[in-house]
Amino acid sequence: MDLKTKSLQFGKEHGVAVAIALFLLIGIPVLSSISPSFQVNIWGKYLCYAALAVSLNWLWGYTGLLCLCQSLFFALGGYMIGMHLMLLIGKLGAYKSDLPDFMVFLGYKELPSFWKPFYSFLFSGGMVILLPGLVAFIFGWLAFRSRIKGVYFSILSQALTYAATLLFFKNDIVMGGNNGFTDFRFILGMDIRAKSTQIILYEASALFLGLCIFFIWWITRTKFGMIQQAVRDSENRVLFSGYATTAYKLFVFTVSAIMAGIAGAFYVPQVGIINPSEMATSKSLDVVVWVAVGGRGTLYGPVLGAILVNLMKSYTTRYYPDYWLIISGAIFIFVVLFMPNGVVGLPKQLGGLWTKFNKMRSPAEPLTQAS
Amino acid sequence: MSEPHGILLQLESVTKSFDGFKAINDLTFYLDHGEMRAVIGPNGAGKSTFMDIVTGRTRPDEGTVKFFPTGDTNVIDLTSLREHEINRLGIGRKFQTPAVYENLTVWNNLLISLNRPRDLWSTITYKVTSEDRDRIDDILKTVALDEQRNTQAGYLSHGKKQWLEIGMLLAQNPKLLLVDEPAAGMSDAETERTAELLLSLKGKHSIVVIEHDMEFIRRLGQKVTVLVQGHVMKEGSLDVVSEDEEVRSVYLGRKREKKVAA
Repeated sequence: MDLKTKSLQFGKEHGVAVAIALFLLIGIPVLSSISPSFQVNIWGKYLCYAALAVSLNWLWGYTGLLCLCQSLFFALGGYMIGMHLMLLIGKLGAYKSDLPDFMVFLGYKELPSFWKPFYSFLFSGGMVILLPGLVAFIFGWLAFRSRIKGVYFSILSQALTYAATLLFFKNDIVMGGNNGFTDFRFILGMDIRAKSTQIILYEASALFLGLCIFFIWWITRTKFGMIQQAVRDSENRVLFSGYATTAYKLFVFTVSAIMAGIAGAFYVPQVGIINPSEMATSKSLDVVVWVAVGGRGTLYGPVLGAILVNLMKSYTTRYYPDYWLIISGAIFIFVVLFMPNGVVGLPKQLGGLWTKFNKMRSPAEPLTQAS
Repeated sequence: MSEPHGILLQLESVTKSFDGFKAINDLTFYLDHGEMRAVIGPNGAGKSTFMDIVTGRTRPDEGTVKFFPTGDTNVIDLTSLREHEINRLGIGRKFQTPAVYENLTVWNNLLISLNRPRDLWSTITYKVTSEDRDRIDDILKTVALDEQRNTQAGYLSHGKKQWLEIGMLLAQNPKLLLVDEPAAGMSDAETERTAELLLSLKGKHSIVVIEHDMEFIRRLGQKVTVLVQGHVMKEGSLDVVSEDEEVRSVYLGRKREKKVAA
């Protein structure tokens, strides 16, 4: 009764989740060691996307902030770890220089000073957290303080993402331009392309995703989590109940950006590339689709949505490469119109339809008798 | 120790215009500790703007808005504070359309309305105490929602949502309650119950009720302030006010004619 929020979580749902988690944690690595053609890093990518979806769901599903810069935070985290990985390539690059290839190509003779600290893994890891967090904090502070909400917030966040994409396309900021960073060789002293490294990275992503889910599960059960959902339902009421809603929204926004940034940092070593197209606004919209398909405002929905949609995308782009955008758009429209609670809400929705159907049938009998 | 007495809320020569239209025009208004007041007026008389000014939603162009929470010595200027700060001083506001948290249970709606520390860290580490539990139970009885305590607020009827919101205000234990059209859209029985509820709160809290429904005002039987074009036209008991020729022509008379026509 007390601090329980929605009656979303049943024992059954947790059981299914544990089964899926076990499969992801143990099944995928086993499969990959049995079959040499099985690519564990593709699944690692899905899990990073799932964590990204979880972070958006916390903002959108639980707080009502439809943020379209989640891909920006994801990419910023990826770029930060990417800088470290670029420096680790050393002389193995195409130009046999200590400098990353793109810098040699651009005519740099020595490493720009802001690159130097990125030799340290710890510093890069710190920046993965700091940079997305800082960008979110500043942007959020400006937006929430000016009472920008609803669709206006979405549009502004989209504009921020677009501006950042344009910035990262430029060669002047020495972040790899439109090619971004790629050709990574090592991470933490391990060969980044070795299967064992990939499995470690995969397990780390799975662990991080589990941590994110646990965090959401825990915080939505606190009074803070209830206030967060209250902001979504009636922000004015919360404000006139003595809560500084700006601080609440800013906290959620910043933490969710950090979550997305870390997800991006796990993503980049597994896919082996980061470039500005990764932060494009269309990527942010993809995340919205995953969350909607899986089930907005539910604990496991975004994870399911991210994995399902990306599995479909991998399949479709291989066999019908021209149709993916159309299919993805159609899925989104279908889900918005007919599945308001997404895949996670489907059993309940079908159950409801079934009882309705039965109710419609049963009173028909006495009527026929009467006539 | 005696209850604080004298003035609780004081607005003097307050003016607020929107794009040249004076929503509030040289308004002066006093409310005493423990007093209940009904504010009436035709549409566009500035009733909601009046509430906005007291609760910090809009700032007046001119004039002073002062709050005396403990008596005459401690004076707080409300025009320099923000909404949540004003609320924490003990000024609660009920919106015209019921504003409850639809996806939370009735119990949780009240829980987060309690006047406990409202900073981030306190709410993250908050644990329900038996004291809070008792207070919520009391409020549930006061607003007659005991049976619906575990119902999601979105499933309540319109009238019950209104009561829940009044309950949420009580949870804040405010000194001053501003209630905007509590009886709007209610059935006769619900209206009667709402009037009883508000009257039972009189004395414990100072209350300002904005209302259109004349029967409801009559039922409350309190001093009435007539607001017309952002200015106080008349103050007094409902009988005195409704005998006033000016008031009749501007508001009551017109309304009565309309009723006859309908």
